[in-house]
Amino acid sequence: MSDVRVTTRTLCIDLPFAKLNQRSRFAKVVVMSERSTEQIRELLDSLYRVDSRRILATLIRLLGDFDLAEEAMHEAFAAALSLWPARGVPDNPRPWLISTARFKAIDTLRRRAKFDASQDELVRYLEAQSSSAESSNEEDGLEDSLEDDRLRLIFTCCHPSLPPEARVALTLREVCGLTTEEIAKAFLTTPRTLAQRIVRAKAKIRDTPIPYEVPATQELPERLDAVLQVIYLVFNEGYSAAAGAEVTRAELTSEAIRLGRLLAELQPKQEIEPEVVGLLSLMLLQESRRAARTSPTGELILLENQDRSLWNREQIAEGAALLEKALKSRRFGPYTLQAAIAAVHAEAESVAATDWRQIVALYDRLLRIQPSPVVQLNRAVAIAMRDGPEVGLAQIDAVLEQGELANYYLAHSAQADMYRRLGRTAEARSSYQKALALTQQEPERQFLQERIRQLK
Amino acid sequence: MKYICLGFLEPGKFDNMSESERNTVLDQCFSYNDELRKNGHLLAEEPLQPPNTAVTVSWANGKVAVTDGPYAETKEQLGGIQVLEARDLNHAIQLISQSPGVKLNCGTIEIRPAADICEIIRESERRRRKHPSPR
Repeated sequence: MSDVRVTTRTLCIDLPFAKLNQRSRFAKVVVMSERSTEQIRELLDSLYRVDSRRILATLIRLLGDFDLAEEAMHEAFAAALSLWPARGVPDNPRPWLISTARFKAIDTLRRRAKFDASQDELVRYLEAQSSSAESSNEEDGLEDSLEDDRLRLIFTCCHPSLPPEARVALTLREVCGLTTEEIAKAFLTTPRTLAQRIVRAKAKIRDTPIPYEVPATQELPERLDAVLQVIYLVFNEGYSAAAGAEVTRAELTSEAIRLGRLLAELQPKQEIEPEVVGLLSLMLLQESRRAARTSPTGELILLENQDRSLWNREQIAEGAALLEKALKSRRFGPYTLQAAIAAVHAEAESVAATDWRQIVALYDRLLRIQPSPVVQLNRAVAIAMRDGPEVGLAQIDAVLEQGELANYYLAHSAQADMYRRLGRTAEARSSYQKALALTQQEPERQFLQERIRQLK
Repeated sequence: MKYICLGFLEPGKFDNMSESERNTVLDQCFSYNDELRKNGHLLAEEPLQPPNTAVTVSWANGKVAVTDGPYAETKEQLGGIQVLEARDLNHAIQLISQSPGVKLNCGTIEIRPAADICEIIRESERRRRKHPSPR
């Protein structure tokens, strides 16, 4: 994990600990065991970094509420910092933290119940749950339930009855642990807007209520689809930003890949869903090109001009291995096919050496299961590479005529490229202008303007 | 838990089907409803007469306004209501997703959890006991 992650996680728990150190009651304790407190702080830091998402997922199940679970978890970590130096670190820190969090939550609810009688029932329910959990040997089942709870959390955050932007925001916040500010910045909205979106989503989960569970087998394909969509959306947002100065936003792509890995990890070994593996493969193969996609001054570099020695061979190797796994299932979904296309590029030494025939064949298959105009466009570009710009242009014209891509800058830019290669300069200029008018991304705009300049 | 299911369809779509298509839809829907009823999931249902039989009552310009036609001016119109009993929202979605009406693309079904207003009603009763409203 990169250093950036460590800092973020540490910041998350600094605040409650800072509060503790300021209380004069504990001052003596802190002074006497400062060294062990430091070591315990480091241990808790690393526990938080590795386990906080898992612990949160379980607490949400036990307490039935996102906010209560998060608050209780932070209180439990704070309690650990204040109690472990004197008492020693428990043999099983995770169950200790979960159990402590539960008690903290009950305390919080008791306080609230003083003002709001409707909380009484919830307090009694949780207390009953705690005592029954203590009598049964909970720790044995804890490992399994921790993994199931993570799945419950992912599927709940991606529930179809939540609006799509809310699913993305909630997943990044609860499953990935990003702060509201980080998510807002990544999606170019204000923290306030994003916070409201998350509050409304949590309210909907609470009020409907949306059950905290892994979908039943019959619903799984569709629900899994929704999760994969969220993950790929996050990846795409990071891979090619919609507007603004930078072409890529690295934190989002790595977050998406982590999510993809998590989902793959949580799959039952015997029944791995190929699209889960296919998506992870696709993301790794696309990500492998990041260093080569922009010049040091932030300009966009097309695939045909990229320095392939900058491609990340490790990610390509991993992506290719995953792709093979996905293809073994003989069930070819859209992510797997797109990964296959990316793999053909990744394994080619140059544009000229690329097996365009195979890429077109893969697009043919993709079109059959995902007949979208964007796929048609990408296929047309591949056909141009295989058969020449005249044929490619005919295909692109046909797609543009359908109308759906009228405002898609890449469609006009692809058309312009065909005109350019055929020496039809005036038409090329006009198409590049159309493309320019349709994108707000700075590197893309500069690229298009440069192309227009070169036409003269 | 109770869920109210509102079935919206495009008027005419049903009538424009061939007789055999229509009978297939009806037979499959009724058969599915029987199953739901048998398993305790379908508590009540009412198919509605076509939208042109609707009348809307509201308040306008200081008096009751009665207007012809349905409230919503949408292409798809309410065709029927079902009261479903399900474990939770996911279960309700499951039950409705399997219904032939959905699978045969007859229209759209909105699922709304029933609201529990028992407490609100009780409070109102308490108020009315103290201050019975004049009639």
